[in-house]
Amino acid sequence: MQRSILTRQRLIGIFLVGIVLLCSPALTIFDRATTWHGYPVSFLYLFGVWLLLVVLAALAVEGSDR
Amino acid sequence: MLGPKVIVVCALLYLGLLFAIAYWADRRADRKRSVISSPTVYALSLAVYCTAWTYYGSVGRAAASGIGFLPIYLGPTLIAALWGTLLLKMVRVSKAQRITSIADFIASRYGKSQVLGGIVTVIAVLGVVPYIALQLKAISQSVTIMQSYPLVNDTGVVAAIPILQDTALYVALALAAFTILFGTRHLDASERHEGMVAAIAFESIVKLVAFLSVGVFATFVLHDGFVDVFDKAAAAGVMKTMTVASAGGYGNWFSLTLLAALAVMMLPRQFQVAVVENSDESHLRRAVWMFPLYLLLINIFVIPIALAGQLTFAGTAVDADTFVLTLPIAHGQALLSLLVFIGGLSAATGMVIVETIALSTMVCNDLVMPGLLGRWKRIPPPSDFSQLLLRIRRGAIVVILLLGYLYFRFAGEAYALVSIGLISFAAVAQFAPAMIIGLYWRGGTHAGALAGLLCGFGIWLYTLLLPSFAKSGWLPAGFLEHGPFGIALLRPQELFGLSGLNEITHCLFWSMTFNIGAYLYFSMRRQPNVNEATQATLFVDVLKHERPFGVALWRGKAEVHELSRLAERFLGVERARYAFARFADQREVESVDQLPADAETVHFAETLLAGAIGSASSRVMVASVTAEEALGLDEVLDILDEASQIRAYSRELEQKSQELEAATGELKAANEQLKEIDRVKDDFMSSVTHELRTPLASIRAFSEILQDDPRIELEQRRHFLEIIVSETKRLSRLVNQVLDLAKIESDNADWHTEDVDLGELIREGAESTAQLFAERGARVICEVPAEPCVVTADHDRLMQVLVNLLSNAVKFAPQGGGVVRIILQAHGRNFRVSVIDNGPGIAIPDQRHIFERFRQGSGGTEKPVGTGLGLPISRRIIGHLGGRIWVESRPGKGATFIFELPVNDGA
Amino acid sequence: MTKTVLIVDDEPNIVLSVAFLMKREGHTVLTASDGQEALETLVATSPDLMILDVMMPRKNGFEVCSEVRVNADPRIARMPILMLTAKGREAEMKKGLSLGADAYITKPFSTHELVAKVNELLARSSTADAQA
Repeated sequence: MQRSILTRQRLIGIFLVGIVLLCSPALTIFDRATTWHGYPVSFLYLFGVWLLLVVLAALAVEGSDR
Repeated sequence: MLGPKVIVVCALLYLGLLFAIAYWADRRADRKRSVISSPTVYALSLAVYCTAWTYYGSVGRAAASGIGFLPIYLGPTLIAALWGTLLLKMVRVSKAQRITSIADFIASRYGKSQVLGGIVTVIAVLGVVPYIALQLKAISQSVTIMQSYPLVNDTGVVAAIPILQDTALYVALALAAFTILFGTRHLDASERHEGMVAAIAFESIVKLVAFLSVGVFATFVLHDGFVDVFDKAAAAGVMKTMTVASAGGYGNWFSLTLLAALAVMMLPRQFQVAVVENSDESHLRRAVWMFPLYLLLINIFVIPIALAGQLTFAGTAVDADTFVLTLPIAHGQALLSLLVFIGGLSAATGMVIVETIALSTMVCNDLVMPGLLGRWKRIPPPSDFSQLLLRIRRGAIVVILLLGYLYFRFAGEAYALVSIGLISFAAVAQFAPAMIIGLYWRGGTHAGALAGLLCGFGIWLYTLLLPSFAKSGWLPAGFLEHGPFGIALLRPQELFGLSGLNEITHCLFWSMTFNIGAYLYFSMRRQPNVNEATQATLFVDVLKHERPFGVALWRGKAEVHELSRLAERFLGVERARYAFARFADQREVESVDQLPADAETVHFAETLLAGAIGSASSRVMVASVTAEEALGLDEVLDILDEASQIRAYSRELEQKSQELEAATGELKAANEQLKEIDRVKDDFMSSVTHELRTPLASIRAFSEILQDDPRIELEQRRHFLEIIVSETKRLSRLVNQVLDLAKIESDNADWHTEDVDLGELIREGAESTAQLFAERGARVICEVPAEPCVVTADHDRLMQVLVNLLSNAVKFAPQGGGVVRIILQAHGRNFRVSVIDNGPGIAIPDQRHIFERFRQGSGGTEKPVGTGLGLPISRRIIGHLGGRIWVESRPGKGATFIFELPVNDGA
Repeated sequence: MTKTVLIVDDEPNIVLSVAFLMKREGHTVLTASDGQEALETLVATSPDLMILDVMMPRKNGFEVCSEVRVNADPRIARMPILMLTAKGREAEMKKGLSLGADAYITKPFSTHELVAKVNELLARSSTADAQA
């Protein structure tokens, strides 16, 4: 019971992190029409954050099993 | 090799395979060996979110506006992090109340209202049928493209084909047949459509693999990786500016993210797979990350494919929406084309099947049933509803798919179809306030939900659907430009003068504002009534209870057989009787007849029925066979409050009682131990007093004799005095040993541990007992190795043990011929000291007790000298030093006392 | 007339002191150091009285007492038994008396009391014999 509450709280934290990174003025910092090593910066940023959120969520729910 | 026939055969084979998977999974489910009770299958089934719109449309959007398509998937990624609470609540409520659709959910939340269920159903059908049309279009378009292989068909025009030759019609009918077969096997939706879920999960894999294949082809085969694609696109001038700002701006970005986040929860098909088909709450945990991961994977190649398509088809009229398929065709990749085609088929069929099942349930339970129930109030209903219900659902499936086909047929290439994905999202997003606020706020009322839904839906209709019709040329475009009756303030896409937003953002803003505003305003106009308050508590507080629960708030008169007959009519005799029998089992009564006609039974029947006909209709039906007395609001609130408190307490209580039980067990054990200690102490006291009384008796007797008779001859007097002295010594020795033992036992003894050489100790011991041996005419033989054998021990205590063993040995050795051997040797990680005598030995049963207090060996005829405490003390000393002591003996062959102590190797 | 007293105890010093006391009263003294030996001596000599310890090897005093009371020879069965033991609890005293002991004295004992009790028992038994 305690553990699942903790997991829920962590997930809510991840949600807030996601909001800040993807749906706040923070987004504009990386929203540039330039490239980085040939990749558009926005493309890298958005997929990078996406992957980060997936990994964090996976750690939050699967990690707490042990 | 890819002729038109091959394409059709492949498509049919694929549908056949789906059919086989579904059939197999259903068979397994019947045998209670579910294939879908896996968190991974659950997460995959959620990917029904990705339809043909994703599969073909994302690339089209990317070609047009760069990264503007991403919010459709970032929104679900974000909201997925909240599933641990939000979706969990929905799942748990639905399980407890046997909710089978989103319409049922909203209707149930606001007092099981038939009106709300109906409204939600109408909105869902109107919003989603065009979306189904989009899938039919995608399928028929992909068939058309494939049939012209190896040429790239860039027309995709279908409207000219007569209806009876239209692939899409047959696709629609085939899907209807498939959906009917696996969507309406049973009535009770709580039994879920396992076959369908298995097929959907399989389709999710197929479409992902297909899309990744074409992505890899476009990125790594046609080009040298991502950077190469970007470079070439930039060189060719087809590279879009990859920024949010250029893809519609931040406002649109945020609103699309929000819209998609709401849609992934509110779309009827998502509710179906995520809530209704959920077989285990714990599956949510994996979905929280696996579903976003799926979305990430299926989107990673969208931009490269779009760019590669634009590079390949530069200067042609090929629609970017078809790049996924036309790209491999243009490069002559027959197998890859076929795989992509099948993948697209997966994406489209998956959506259509689940969406139609969900909608047909809603249409049946929330539109048709209330109407029929109204009719049956006047004329008697048919005796067996269950077949009728199934026919209604099957009919609904066919009608919905035909509606989708007709929409596709008439909208054709019109704007209304192209942008329908987001328009559908905006429609179902109208459910969000009533759903989500209703899960967290008790104050929401039926009136509030109704007003919110109607306002939101009205705004959607006015600002999004009508303009799309106007743009398709079905309505005069003038009212878009100037507003109805020339009122500029009411221009649908610049409502109240709000301009500068795109149409979706504009609609979302106004519809949500009015929806939420009306919901809150009408909810707060009055207190929730009895039904609303009851349901509000069941929904809002659902997570406070570990297991789903339903409070049975009901008072009145009911007949159990009436209820069971009602259930039989809707569910069929067999299934209803089975359910009632199980309920009787649960309530621990012998048969269904003995079920009490109380609130719990009525509640059970109502929930059972809700699975088949929806909560609102179920409530009406149950009310028709029972005589319910109205409960007052205060009464209900009291009961609910009490119930939730009782449940909270009872959980706490259960925990407490478990703790108590554990404590009681411990206490019992402790008590036993104390009793045992007490008994031992008692025995000990009794033994000690006995041992004290005996020498005291001699001392007193001889003292009195000497006192009484002063004329006793000198020799005898001296003898008697000697006895008195020796008995006094015995007494003090006993007292000392008792104190010693007590000290060791209570851990109060002072231990001076040091390195002790056992060989040295044995020599000392033999010396100090030499006198004793000499008196008894016994010999002592020491067999000690030359090198030092060092242990960590208290020298004096260890000496006490050795002397005790030696004196025991000599005591029992035969008078005059006693031989005692002391052997010291290494034994593994221990040193072992053996003291061997050639006395009478110790009887086997006595060997066990010899280390207990006051248990002297009884081998000799002569009373042995000793207190009976030597061995118990020795055992405690050796134990304290980390070793052990025991005896080996065969009666008549002497006894060997052995102790071992761990080697001190300086470590 | 001299009486024969059998002293049964595994403590040599107790035997020695009691024997001294009995001899001083003019009784003939027999000794045994455990229960088994006591029964054998008893059958062989049929003494007039037995002073019996309880805690002894081989056979304890309670067992000896109950066996004596069921002996086929009436002289042995009716012989006075004085239990002289370190077991001083009320329950043990009751047990001894109910098993057929005529008197129960706990160690350490008063020599005067022991002698008086022995003489009293001997007198009582000879009266009973005379009446019989």
